[in-house]
Amino acid sequence: MARIVAGIASSHVPAIGVAMDKGQTGTPYWQPLFRGYEPARDWLAKLKPDVAIIVYNDHASAFSLQLIPTFLIGVADEFPIADEGFGPRPVPVVRGSPRLAWHLAESLILDEFDMTIANEMPVDHGLTVPLSVTCGQPAAWPFAVIPICVNVVQFPPPTGARCYKLGQAIARAVASFDEDLSIVIYGTGGMSHQLQGERAGLINRDFDTKFLDGMTRDPLALTRISHTEYMRESGSEGVEMVMWHVMRGALGPHATEVYRHYHVPASNTAAALLILDNRSAA
Amino acid sequence: MSGPPDYESIPGTYVYDARRGRIGYRLNMFCMSLNKAENRASFKADPAAYVDRFALTAEQRRAVLERDWLGMLKVGGNIYYTIKIAFCDGLTFQDVAGMMSGVPKETYARMMLAGGRSPDGNRYKSGTLPEVERGTPSTAPEAGVVPGSPGVTS
Repeated sequence: MARIVAGIASSHVPAIGVAMDKGQTGTPYWQPLFRGYEPARDWLAKLKPDVAIIVYNDHASAFSLQLIPTFLIGVADEFPIADEGFGPRPVPVVRGSPRLAWHLAESLILDEFDMTIANEMPVDHGLTVPLSVTCGQPAAWPFAVIPICVNVVQFPPPTGARCYKLGQAIARAVASFDEDLSIVIYGTGGMSHQLQGERAGLINRDFDTKFLDGMTRDPLALTRISHTEYMRESGSEGVEMVMWHVMRGALGPHATEVYRHYHVPASNTAAALLILDNRSAA
Repeated sequence: MSGPPDYESIPGTYVYDARRGRIGYRLNMFCMSLNKAENRASFKADPAAYVDRFALTAEQRRAVLERDWLGMLKVGGNIYYTIKIAFCDGLTFQDVAGMMSGVPKETYARMMLAGGRSPDGNRYKSGTLPEVERGTPSTAPEAGVVPGSPGVTS
């Protein structure tokens, strides 16, 4: 039986990827952020998962406003790296896990989550930056990846509560898969940031701290945060944090925090990395 | 829906909702085209001619050609899309954020290094009342933060 062994929440700031790709992680600006990633990389390397389910949003890379899937799952053998407007990131192609991905797609749809299915799509920084953050710069990614995209680009995104329930349905689907696989699930995006308008640059450390604490203390309470509250309190793009609820919903109620890193600023954003151990959380 | 959405009371923020989606589609699809290297080359070689392939409104066209980043948002630009014009120009997200917030690049960078823009005084537009907010669970603004306090206005 497949099992979800850990949840990882990670910001996916594009500038973090650029800093790695250009070899700038040791500069005074970036070093405090990257230093905090090292213990997490060691922990994940020891865990040796077979598959990562990565919940992220596409940023006008694979999908445009022509078609806006609210929830989508990628079932391909592999996913090329997108050109987002400045050339593709120089990182390895992302290997898929099609047998499990198709099982998830079927199980989720019959469980009343109407997933869009993607047989072919490039992946952008929303997915590759969390991989880089947690795996460094290997020649090939150490595990297969199932991308799950959530729309946060056209308002409204799905609610936090709906995202949490999707996570619960992912957990049920994983539990019914016949292969013995160790799986990690990533929720990406956030934390507080605003990229647009006169209010650009908004950061709310208090909101972020309570959100990080709530992931273990009372995750259900966090699912009741409205979109307006996210945007008002954590910046217009802080609403990306709904994607963390998919990850949290896929874990057991007693998942424990094993690592936390929080740093301001990464470009315009409060960057966080949180690891939750799910191995004895049922 | 009746009345303006409750997030309209957030200052300096342009939520890409249905209203903006209805006016911004062509502008954003022009931006999307810049994901292709050959289109970036065409846009750089003759910006006006390239933009004219996309049937933008006069104001959208002006905002793009003049790199009026804030103006683009006001005529339906979505930041995840308009940023691709900036990438084409060799600018970063932080460069553009600084320009939209109306301060020099160095001032904006210093603000971010000092912990970013505080939400205090930046939650509500001047003259909007938190009490009229609809659909938001019980997070009241902190004591001392009153409508009209200094901060971003729009």
